[in-house]
Amino acid sequence: MILIVAEHANNKLSKSTYEMAQAARDCGREGPVTLLVLGSNVADVATQAALLGDQVLVADLPALAEYDPEVWAAAVAQIASEGEAHTILIGGSRSGREYSPRVAVKLDAPLMEDAISLKVEGNALQAEHYTFLARVTERIEATGPVVVVSIKPGAFSPAKPNATPAEQYDVELILPVRRVTVAGRTTEKSERVLLADADIVVSGGRGVGSAEGFVELVEGLADELGAAVGATRAVVDAGWRPYAEQVGQTGKTVQPKVYFAIGISGAVQHLSGMGKSKVIVAINKDAEAPIFKEADYGIVGDVKVIVPALMQELKKTQ
Amino acid sequence: MRILTLIRQVLDAEESVRMKAGAVDLSTSKLVVDTMDEYGLEQALRFRDADSTIEVVALAVGAARSEEALRTALAIGADRAILVETAEPLDVIATSSVVAQLVKSEQVDLIFCGGGQADWDSHALGAATAERLGWPQATWTSALIMAAGVLTGTHDVDTGKESFTMALPAVVTTQQGLNDPRYPTLPNIMKAKRKEMRRVPVADFGVTAKLNILSTEVQVKERRRKMIDGKDATVAAAELVGLLRNEARVIG
Repeated sequence: MILIVAEHANNKLSKSTYEMAQAARDCGREGPVTLLVLGSNVADVATQAALLGDQVLVADLPALAEYDPEVWAAAVAQIASEGEAHTILIGGSRSGREYSPRVAVKLDAPLMEDAISLKVEGNALQAEHYTFLARVTERIEATGPVVVVSIKPGAFSPAKPNATPAEQYDVELILPVRRVTVAGRTTEKSERVLLADADIVVSGGRGVGSAEGFVELVEGLADELGAAVGATRAVVDAGWRPYAEQVGQTGKTVQPKVYFAIGISGAVQHLSGMGKSKVIVAINKDAEAPIFKEADYGIVGDVKVIVPALMQELKKTQ
Repeated sequence: MRILTLIRQVLDAEESVRMKAGAVDLSTSKLVVDTMDEYGLEQALRFRDADSTIEVVALAVGAARSEEALRTALAIGADRAILVETAEPLDVIATSSVVAQLVKSEQVDLIFCGGGQADWDSHALGAATAERLGWPQATWTSALIMAAGVLTGTHDVDTGKESFTMALPAVVTTQQGLNDPRYPTLPNIMKAKRKEMRRVPVADFGVTAKLNILSTEVQVKERRRKMIDGKDATVAAAELVGLLRNEARVIG
């Protein structure tokens, strides 16, 4: 079987789970598409998952209320072995990237990380993924009975739910003791469109001048366009913006229809998080900024003058 | 106490990716220590600064040329270095077996590993190594202290940040923001030349690659690169909005 570890938050299946379901349907591997739901009080999530596959395995346990890499890896490896899964799909989220290697080691299986495509070729599974800070696409192949794959968010289109729900089965798990104690959490919430889902992203860099400048220019333009807000690492490090908005190597990867880079110079680390956007607009006072080489449209000028003019123009013609 | 800090030699982010015979060719490119790894080395040195009984060992698993990166690590302050030479690149799961075997023979208590690798864009080595050793891990760590064999810190998770504690032995993956890495000083560069650099052939570890690389292609996304004169902001704004609506058709 193909085992998909469902990602969910706030009683809802995440977009990444729909994307994994599509990857499973398209890859050409035989066997039932099985979704595994791990968590506590996850009946709603299991119901949603039942529309995406041939069967759903549910581990609804208090011990699974909070994520832990060792607990998740143990649960997934156990289900994969008992169910004789040949392909295990895990989301390319921070947590997925963190426990998927453990699953691969437990199953003595190869790990394909951040796959953007997946298909069967003979008795092998082939995937493409980006390397060299997303500047290179590499095609890789795994042979052998079991393969663990993490799926890059946004790379597959979300699967359409089936008309009839699949059967749900409760599963028993033997879970390890947690060894990492979590003392506290800072959750970052935004009222805007989610970065990963947005068609338009407006991002700001150091060039906006200050936290206030960011609100005025980047949030202002985003509101005008109904866009999500992104930020560079430098801006997050300076404390102007929350980490949840960070785009780039150590933040989120986005692929919107249009990406506005406001006062962003365009370091490779940032480009690796947004370089796949359909259209890139750059506004920067430095004509030599590397971002202009990656841009479809560039304006050299003071963001404090250009961006308000842009907001005026959008207001005028709407 | 012994800390192992993993060092990878990667293409300088400022360099362009060169291709030769269908594969990435690094032979004429400038290579550097992976930035992400520098934070782990720095953190290990800070722990040693506070406790001189700690030994910091730098380990590279890679091409013979990785010796340069290890020399840099020694010049920055690592006590000694181990180079496991591989002619062919090993995938991360196979590499983790090499690291885990060395950790056992070297009796390591703490491993630092970069949160992401700038060549394979992989995030897996730390976690895979932890699993092989049966150790806990903290990934994407942005603050870390150590007291009485217990690590306390903060790290990035799906929804934001989390503060954690875990006991040694453990694996910690690092990222920008954890600390400000120091630079090599001239006396340390001189001293580094006399420090131990042990070479171990990869054959000693009995690992085989789990993945085959079939093909490699440099991403070329054709961009329009249209520059709009920004001298008159109103005119520039009108032109940009026009282009986004009528040429690119990405806004309403």
